[in-house]
Amino acid sequence: MDLHRVTRQSETEWHIPATGKMRVPGVIFATEELMREMDEKVFEQTSNVAALPGIVKASFAMPDAHWGYGFPIGGVAAFDPDDGGIVSAGGVGYDISCGVRTLITDQRLDDMTPPRKNELANELSRVIPAGVGSTGRLHLDEDELTDMLQGGAQWAVSHGYGEPGDLHHIEEGGRMPGTQPEHVSQQARKRMQNEVGTLGSGNHYLEVQYVAEIFDQAAAAAFGILSRQIVISIHCGSRGLGHQIGSEFLREMAESASAYHLDLPDRELACAPIRSPLGERYLGAMRAGINCALANRQVLTHLARQAFQTVFAAASVQLLYDVSHNTCKEECHQIDRTESTLFVHRKGATRALGPGSPQLPPEYRPVGQPVLIGGTMGTASYILAGTEQSEARAFSSACHGAGRAMSRHAATRLWKGRQLVDELAKQGILVKCPSLRGVAEEAPGAYKDVEAVIEATDQAGLARKVAKLLPLIVVKG
Amino acid sequence: MGKTADHSDLQTRPETGSGENRVNPTGSRPQTWELFSHMADIGIRGTGPTLEDAFEETALAMCAVITDPALVRPDLPVEVHCSAPDSGLLLVDWLNSLIAAMSERRMIFSHFKVIITDDKLHGKAWGEIVSPQRHRPAVEIKGATLTELRISRDADGLWMAQCVVDV
Repeated sequence: MDLHRVTRQSETEWHIPATGKMRVPGVIFATEELMREMDEKVFEQTSNVAALPGIVKASFAMPDAHWGYGFPIGGVAAFDPDDGGIVSAGGVGYDISCGVRTLITDQRLDDMTPPRKNELANELSRVIPAGVGSTGRLHLDEDELTDMLQGGAQWAVSHGYGEPGDLHHIEEGGRMPGTQPEHVSQQARKRMQNEVGTLGSGNHYLEVQYVAEIFDQAAAAAFGILSRQIVISIHCGSRGLGHQIGSEFLREMAESASAYHLDLPDRELACAPIRSPLGERYLGAMRAGINCALANRQVLTHLARQAFQTVFAAASVQLLYDVSHNTCKEECHQIDRTESTLFVHRKGATRALGPGSPQLPPEYRPVGQPVLIGGTMGTASYILAGTEQSEARAFSSACHGAGRAMSRHAATRLWKGRQLVDELAKQGILVKCPSLRGVAEEAPGAYKDVEAVIEATDQAGLARKVAKLLPLIVVKG
Repeated sequence: MGKTADHSDLQTRPETGSGENRVNPTGSRPQTWELFSHMADIGIRGTGPTLEDAFEETALAMCAVITDPALVRPDLPVEVHCSAPDSGLLLVDWLNSLIAAMSERRMIFSHFKVIITDDKLHGKAWGEIVSPQRHRPAVEIKGATLTELRISRDADGLWMAQCVVDV
C-alpha cells in the first residue's frame, strides 16, 4: 500500500481521511511493514465501506486485512439502525459464522509418542468427514433442520453431540437468538441435509497442537492452559447452508439497492437497510446460518473428542472457547458516552471482549475473552485475550488469522503438495489431506507471517498475546 | 441477446474425453477458459464467439478450480434455469445454480450447454458423482461473487465473461 495515502496516528494505527462520499474515516491497524505489504484494495475497500449509510465511528481493517468482496477480509464496521444503517451480505461473507474453536486436553507433549501420534492422525482422518463431496453421519429431515437452525450447538448437545459444559464456552451460549429459519431457502436446506458435522475444504482444518509458549500466565491460568499441553483446534463454518444464504441474499441485495435508494460505490457492497423487510429477512436467515456453524463445530468436537479418547483412553477434552469471524451481530457500544445499539459486521475479524464483560463466562471475566487465531499448516496458531482497550479501538474486535499473501494460483506454481507433506513430516507435522493440490494451495508460504500479524494486534491493543500453539497433526479437506 | 429458445440443443449429449489442453486462450482457439489471480480466492474467465459459449467456458473454468475437467466423465445431466435483469447477474446466477447442484448432488461437472433468451438462461451440465480417489478435488466452491464481474465483447466480436469465486 502506498503510505502517502494514509496518515500515521501511532506505530500501529493508520487513518484514511474521510473524503468524497466517505461518511467516516478509515482506520487500519498494522505495523509499517504490514502496511507496505498490504494490497491497495484494502485501502479502496475500507474507504468504500466508510461511505455506506449509517456507519458509526470508522471503517476498520485488522492487521491481517486483504482484498475481499466489497468489504475487505479483516474488515469491521458498525451501523446504526436508527440512522439508516445497513446490513450487508458481503460484509458477513459467504461462509456465515466461519470460526475457530479450541479444545484443551489433559495430555502433554511427552505423551504424544510417534506411534500414538500416527494412531491419532489415522483415527482423526477416519472419523472427520473432510473434503469435496464428503457427508456427515447425520441426515436431517425438514423439521430436524429447522430445530438445528434454531438451536445451534445447544441442539447438537441435546442430541448427544458433546457435553452440556461445552455450551458455556461458546459465543451466545451456543445458540444465536433471533433466527428466522423460514427465510432459509429450500435450496440452502437441501445442501445441508447431509453436511452437518463436516469440515469442508480450502483453509478449513482440524489440528492437533501443543502449547509451545505462554506469554500471559494469569490469562493462561484462567483459560486452563499449561505449557506443552496438547490441544485441538477446529476451523470451519456453516457449510453449504451458509454459502447458499450468502449467495442468495447478496444477489437479492444487489438487485434491490436502487429500490432502497442506496448509492453504492461498488456493486459488491450490496446491502439493505437494517430496518427493511429485506434487511430483517437476511438477519433472520443469517442468524440461522450462525446456529448451523455452531452446530457443525459442535458435532465435529464430539467426533474429535471420541477419536482422541480412542487413542488416549479416558482423556479429558474440554472446550476452551468457540469464536466466529464472519458475522453481523446486534451489540451495545458506547458512542460519545451514550450506549447505542449497533449492528457490527466482522468479515474475517474476531470479537474480542475485554475483561469484565458480562457476556463472558465467570472464569474468563477477569482476563477477557479468549481470541483464537488460526495459523497455517506448519506455522503457529495463537490464543489471545480481549483487552481493556478493545472496545475503544474497534468495537472489541481483533484479527482472525495470518491472511493470504498470495493467490492459490500463485501458490500451486511455487509448491507441490507431496513435497510440502514430506517437508512438514520432517518437522514432525503429519498432514492428512485427500488432495495434494489442496495442500499446495494452502502452503504455509502463501500466507502472511502470522507472528507479524499477532505482534501488530498485540501492539495495537486489539487483543493481547496469551499462548502460542504449534501443530502436530493437520487434517484438511 | 444470444440464440433463440430452441431447447432441443440441450438434449445433445456431449462428446467425451477430447484430451485437449483448454487452459489459456490462444489465437487459434477462440472458445477457451482460464483462471486469474485473486488474493484469497480465484478468478474464472471464459471466452467464445457467443455469450452462451463464454458462459459455458466460464463454468468449465469454475470446475477446473475443483479438479482437472478431463478427469470428469460427463455421464449424468443436470438442468438449470435462471433469469436476471442483466448479463452480469445472469452469469452469477448460472454459476451459483451449478455450485448448488454440485453441492446437493455431490457432483462435479465437465461439459455445459447454455441457451440465453432475453433475460432467461436454460442450461445443462454433465458430470459425475465426486470420487475423492480419482478426482482428488482440491477445494469446494462456496459461491460466485460480484467481484471482478465483467461481461464484454471485443472488436473481433469475441465474448468474455468473468468473476471471482469464493473458495
